[in-house]
Amino acid sequence: MSTSSTNPAGGTDGRKAPAGERVADWADGRLGIYGLAKANMRKIFPDHWSFMLGEIALYSFIIIILTGVYLTLFFHPSMNEVEYHGSYVPMHGILMSEAYASTLDISFDVRGGLLIRQIHHWGAIVFLAAMLVHMMRVFFTGAFRKPREINWLFGFLLLVLGMFTGFTGYSLPDDLLSGTGVRFMEGAVLSVPIVGTYLSFFLFGGEFPGTDFVPRFFSIHVLLLPGIMLGLLVAHLILVFYHKHTQFPGAGKTNKNVVGMPLMPVYMAKAGGFFFLVFGVISAMAAIATINPIWALGPYRPDQVSTGAQPDWYMGFSEGLIRIMPGWEINLWGHTLVLGVFIPLMIFPLVLAAIAVYPFIESWVTGDKREHHILDRPRNAPTRTAFGAAWISLYWVLLIGGGNDLWATHFHMSINAITWFVRVGFFAVPVLTFIVTKRICLGLQRRDRDTVLHGRESGIIKRLPHGEFVEVHEPLGQEQLHALTQHHQYQPIEAGPVVDENGVERKRTMAEKLRAKLSQGYYGQDSQIPKPTVEEYQEITSGHGHH
Amino acid sequence: MKKLSARRRHPLAALVVLLFALAVTGGLYAAFAPADKAQADTTAQSLAIEEGKKLYSVGCASCHGTGGQGTSDGPSLVGVGSAAVDFQVGTGRMPAQQPGAQMPKKPKIYTQAETDQLGAYIASLGAGPIKPTEDQYSPEGANVAKGGELFRTNCAQCHNFTGKGGALTGGKYAPELDGVTPKHIYEAMQTGPQNMPSFPESVMPEKNKQDIIAYLGTVASGESESPGGLELGGLGPVAEGLFGWVFGLGALIAVAIWVAARTAKAKKS
Repeated sequence: MSTSSTNPAGGTDGRKAPAGERVADWADGRLGIYGLAKANMRKIFPDHWSFMLGEIALYSFIIIILTGVYLTLFFHPSMNEVEYHGSYVPMHGILMSEAYASTLDISFDVRGGLLIRQIHHWGAIVFLAAMLVHMMRVFFTGAFRKPREINWLFGFLLLVLGMFTGFTGYSLPDDLLSGTGVRFMEGAVLSVPIVGTYLSFFLFGGEFPGTDFVPRFFSIHVLLLPGIMLGLLVAHLILVFYHKHTQFPGAGKTNKNVVGMPLMPVYMAKAGGFFFLVFGVISAMAAIATINPIWALGPYRPDQVSTGAQPDWYMGFSEGLIRIMPGWEINLWGHTLVLGVFIPLMIFPLVLAAIAVYPFIESWVTGDKREHHILDRPRNAPTRTAFGAAWISLYWVLLIGGGNDLWATHFHMSINAITWFVRVGFFAVPVLTFIVTKRICLGLQRRDRDTVLHGRESGIIKRLPHGEFVEVHEPLGQEQLHALTQHHQYQPIEAGPVVDENGVERKRTMAEKLRAKLSQGYYGQDSQIPKPTVEEYQEITSGHGHH
Repeated sequence: MKKLSARRRHPLAALVVLLFALAVTGGLYAAFAPADKAQADTTAQSLAIEEGKKLYSVGCASCHGTGGQGTSDGPSLVGVGSAAVDFQVGTGRMPAQQPGAQMPKKPKIYTQAETDQLGAYIASLGAGPIKPTEDQYSPEGANVAKGGELFRTNCAQCHNFTGKGGALTGGKYAPELDGVTPKHIYEAMQTGPQNMPSFPESVMPEKNKQDIIAYLGTVASGESESPGGLELGGLGPVAEGLFGWVFGLGALIAVAIWVAARTAKAKKS
């Protein structure tokens, strides 16, 4: 193909080139894609199932877009009131918005409509879950380190935007459940001091619910947010290509290479096949289990509300924040400050931001400016792993709070007791999780150290001549030794000297002291087990064989 | 005999003899005591009240007081009416098994005839809602759509959109409505059992009650269809999220592991 510019399509020897080649020639002559393809098609990707979590998110996003386009063909984003006379008899004669009526039509009168709707919604559930799990994989393996910090932020933004796209999406059918969710949001907006009321009137075009929010949410849901997400997604993938993929440590894997299979043809086939598998699993879910049965919920009316009203899981932690918050409020000069709603509204972004800014805190503490393409084993970064586990535990505690009524009815407990558990747990569980996780990581580090120095327990018991029983330990192979000892161990940073280079007394800044303190916490004596040195290894393996 | 005589000085021997004696005495009394004769001169109604009172003294009086006046352990039953009795006893909530936040539904202890007798006795203590007849609670010909609207306006706050139930404070709860008979739904609305507010005729006319019963029968009963597949308990996003994580993402991760494990083999050179 590279000679195509000098070769007419007929070829020099008079034979016609195959059709595929001619098409490729034609396209290359106009798009110049050959160079791009040559540079990228042989890109190597390492093999590990956890590297495919992001793919699950990518493919479910594509599935959501495809099914979403189909749904827009039949959905009427309008809040005009109509009387229902469609196929669903138990709703006959009920007044409802056109949005709700058209969703009923999609579910009962459009061919394949219900299946597509359910694929769309299950796809969203899986999409968000896959993004979160993918993010956790990146977090726990330290894949966010230089040069990937920006891409980490892109991914984080995708998660947040995904949450809000989901929120605007499940608000569109204008059923009683989603309407309650929108009302919840309105309440949160109203709780903002001073501007809350104005914001709410601006958002809803007047008094809640008005007739505007469905068309507005529709534009946001199908155009604005997915548009931004698509852009971010492309940038995210370009950066993945540009940085090359990270890999787990192992023999022959360095920061300068990638060991794996080429994109073309191996990963093309794998990824293409995996797309259809993801599509298949989500379609099977949609065919087996119902999701958001809006026909059973009824149309939204502000005077109606149901118990058991929760948002989709990815918004569940915000529900938990609201449910566990005591209903505090302050009255100032005739104005009410609803702290019971406003404080959760402020904590909501903080919970998310905590995980987003972590990479920058860590790189500040380590002061490490090198590039990292070899992943960390989570145990070798105990503080990071403990922080991530604590964050997840907080998320979980809040999810329990968000579903406190279902916990109460299904486990025969008092909802008050659960709420109090969550209130205490909000503060206590992350701390406990942090401590426990760190201990576990250190324990695993000790075991790694033991395994390196003393070999693997073989399970063979040997009896010595004087009657003692010992277990035979097999020394590890070179590859295993490498995997267990290749990681870099940071040393704690000391705060700068009290006198500068000229011997003049200088003041240590707060940041400097904090950084030294954090570094001590990260890499001090109690926070990592020194990995065995070559000398230690040689001393123990030479001479007195088994210990 | 040797065995028996060997044990006659056993410390429990006296107890065994006592139990034996009691059993014999009781048995003889039961055999020879004059049987109760029904009072032929009373009307069926007062007979039912009489019988109900006897049942009441045995099963209910310890908490509700000997005359239904109530005690510290149970509310007064004066004026609750036969509808309340039919609901509480007919669903097994009464007699209560143990004190607690709320009396749960359980297998009923009294037959319908006994329940009616209890109801007649309680109704005689003071006027109250009367147990409905079948044409009152039958959902025949009622408006399902209207019932849905009424249900969402008046009941869904506690019982959930489709009657799956929900939590109340301090361990109390609004029970699931699936499988509750139309009669008991009607009586519950009439009398407002336990934590439920009552919806008497003046608040919700008979016709509307029938609409609600019809709605529950169509949408929230064992026979109602679920066009979208498994209902997942009908509990909404919490159950859906759990299903999505466990079965959706779980299956996809299993597939990912499978795909990653099947790698192309590099040719050995």
